[in-house]
Amino acid sequence: MREFDLVIVGGGPAGMAAAVAARTKGLENILILERDSELGGILNQCIHNGFGLHTFKEELTGPEYAERYAEQVEAMEIPVETDTMVLDISKDKTVTILSRKRGVEQIQAKAVILAMGCRERPRGALNIPGYRPQGVYTAGTAQKLVNCEGYVPGKEVVILGSGDIGLIMARRMTLEGAKVRAVVELMPYSSGLKRNIVQCLDDYGIPLMLSHTVVDIKGKEKLEGVTVAAVDSTNTPIEGSEEYFPCDTLLLSCGLIPENELSRSCGVDIDPRTNGPLVDEGLETSIDGVFACGNVLHVHDLVDFVSEESARAGESAVDYIRRGCTPDSTAAIKVIPQNGVRYTVPSQIHTADLLGDVHIRFRVTGVFKDCAIVIKAGDTELVRRKNRILVPSEMLDIIIKEEKLAAVTEDITVAIEEV
Amino acid sequence: MYDVVIVGGGAVGCAAAAELAKYQLKVCLVEKESDVCEGTSKANSAIIHAGFDAEPGTLKAKLNVRGSSMMAELSKKLDFSYRNNGAMVLCFDEAQLGELEKLADRGRQNGVPVEILTGAQAREKEPRLSDEVVYALYAPTSGIVCPFEMTLAFAENAYENGVEFRLSTEVTGIEKTAEGFTVQTDRGSLETKAVFNCAGVYADKLNDMAGGRHFNIIPRKGEYLLMDKDAGTVVSHTIFQLPTKMGKGILVTPTVHGNLLVGPTAQDIDDKENTSTTRDGLAEVRAKGSLSVKDLPFGKVITSFTGLRAVGDTHDFIIEESTEGFFNAAGIESPGLSSAPAIAEMLRELLEKRMVLTPKPDHKDTRKGVTHFAALDRDAQNALIKEIPEYGNIVCRCETVTEGEILDAIQRPLGATTLDGVKRRTRAGMGRCQAGFCSPKTILLLAEKLGVGIGDIRKNGRGEVHEDA
Repeated sequence: MREFDLVIVGGGPAGMAAAVAARTKGLENILILERDSELGGILNQCIHNGFGLHTFKEELTGPEYAERYAEQVEAMEIPVETDTMVLDISKDKTVTILSRKRGVEQIQAKAVILAMGCRERPRGALNIPGYRPQGVYTAGTAQKLVNCEGYVPGKEVVILGSGDIGLIMARRMTLEGAKVRAVVELMPYSSGLKRNIVQCLDDYGIPLMLSHTVVDIKGKEKLEGVTVAAVDSTNTPIEGSEEYFPCDTLLLSCGLIPENELSRSCGVDIDPRTNGPLVDEGLETSIDGVFACGNVLHVHDLVDFVSEESARAGESAVDYIRRGCTPDSTAAIKVIPQNGVRYTVPSQIHTADLLGDVHIRFRVTGVFKDCAIVIKAGDTELVRRKNRILVPSEMLDIIIKEEKLAAVTEDITVAIEEV
Repeated sequence: MYDVVIVGGGAVGCAAAAELAKYQLKVCLVEKESDVCEGTSKANSAIIHAGFDAEPGTLKAKLNVRGSSMMAELSKKLDFSYRNNGAMVLCFDEAQLGELEKLADRGRQNGVPVEILTGAQAREKEPRLSDEVVYALYAPTSGIVCPFEMTLAFAENAYENGVEFRLSTEVTGIEKTAEGFTVQTDRGSLETKAVFNCAGVYADKLNDMAGGRHFNIIPRKGEYLLMDKDAGTVVSHTIFQLPTKMGKGILVTPTVHGNLLVGPTAQDIDDKENTSTTRDGLAEVRAKGSLSVKDLPFGKVITSFTGLRAVGDTHDFIIEESTEGFFNAAGIESPGLSSAPAIAEMLRELLEKRMVLTPKPDHKDTRKGVTHFAALDRDAQNALIKEIPEYGNIVCRCETVTEGEILDAIQRPLGATTLDGVKRRTRAGMGRCQAGFCSPKTILLLAEKLGVGIGDIRKNGRGEVHEDA
């Protein structure tokens, strides 16, 4: 059986950043497993720009951003096995992999980093009634068809959901000569970034219909059109508000789901709020020596934050391998999301074993104006940061200094307060 | 001149084709869609009913019990997924015990083993059952099947034994001739001695074309929710509620591939093509399913769909020679899937009264389906990859389907020409992401192997005929 110190599942931005950080910290025996035929993950189909402003202080396209990391991986001579699918990860970190070249093989790792990314919520999970014709795609599938296969699936488009991929595809389809009739969003606010609404919709005169949804899909074999209706405050369609949009393509951009099937079968505890693993400050899951980072952990809006988070996971994995064990979880304090906070990553912190400052990443449950993010340990305020506006589409990241945390013994709460 | 033209490539038409293929006959199956299993057979509860429900003495009762008893052996010979998981019919009200006993009686008359359990006994077998359940009828011989695999198995076995298939071919008229019939289609006409009408919801129209005694087929809409494999172990038996005149009610069942299925609604409609789901219908499925089983995880729904049952106005299967040489298998609503092989036998028996059937000496009674890589043990997997490296490349990650399987599905007899065709043969795209990741790759493989452009690859439906690609 081949043996590795660190096996990284996924060669997208998360996996590459974790590998580079682990190698930078001096770890030799690393293997990146990638199911596609090249590194880069979903970035390879994101040919628009806007990546890397934080990491590289310049605006890159997705493939360019991926290339920057792939070059580092290559320069550091970190072994990569592409066209390789991980079939199973066991609790003792035996990883079963499948490839054309090597068949089914078991390899042994001292530590594993989960970096499998996420998938799109399909139509079925949205419960949209109607027919099931050709012409209904998730936005990412359409993006792959257009950008990688050179095939534009339709000419008249409605987009349900205002996630970032949907917004990007509204512009992309427009540039390919299609007419995007509307982007329809169930919530009263967009789930995409403000800059994408401006650059992808406003600049092209594409209407964003907030508090609306698709209530019917017409066309038995090929999509003919969709009926859109306004919804009330309980998200129930309002009778009489229906409007019919003829179209041959419906793109769905209604949320991303971390791909944790491997994590689950390995026995990793999953946070029902994020659908990602529960982790500590070092991004270690409930299973010793198994770490998670990037979109498999929680869905990010900026790849720059994925890279940063994943570097931390890579470093933690090296610490684990060198130490040969995990800090005692009974010595951990909890991080508890409260008023206005949907979840936090991490969900627990080992204050006695800190290896640097701790990032607390989270999303808010709705739109909050003139408010403050308040982080407390018991009654002691650790952080108070005022904000003009907080929206669910932006992941928030608060850094707590190691010195401040080291003395904390009570659970930490994260909440939004009105000011 | 054909001996028999079978109209309709659903479970019944394909089972009939496989049955006739045992004899020295020239047989052609005509299907209006581009693949078999495109109508009622692809969208139903996928249950092999034990047979306690049908009125004793009816064709439904007789053929269900016979069909169900054939299933275990057929599934082995023809290589389709079938599992005998047992069923329960729930009773929520002491006052309805009489109804449940009546059902049990019917079962006994039909020769089906049944047993009445108390609520507690039922919950012991099935812990997630509602606390409201006071009694349950237990039928151990009930089973679940993959209706796609079963229909394809019949079709491929028929094809391998010489039955001709004309897909994307719609029958437009039937004329009586001196020797039999001229079957007119949108792709030319066929001369035949006999016709089998296995046209599902259109069986009444076809019967009218031939001038048989008139009946109506009313499409009865049934909406379903299908849940992730994560939810597949919520129940292990098929859970029915006491039946009504509109059918067997909303059931909750594991599928043979490990998903959880809840449905169907029952609504009679006019439009024989209306397979749309509705907001109200899906809400009804959720509400009524929740009566049977506690905490159904509706957050795990991966898709919803509608099937149309072909309900005859005689309330029994219509299996008859309606005019000389024209045989109906009509009104095949539930338990049609369970009865399909028995219906095929009955059609053959009716045909035997018209013509001499001589067994084919070289008939092959087995068929091998697509090899499912994930189901093999490690040594077999490695041996397969060594022989065909494409089995080492996963295309559908949710269902662990390899490129090798997809190529097999496209290149085998009556191979897939659409995304749905690949899906039904391999399960690629049937998992939790619902083809989000694998469809671009599957489209490329289809386009390459069929020698057409990406834009010519359809999800389903009618289209160009790809000759034995």
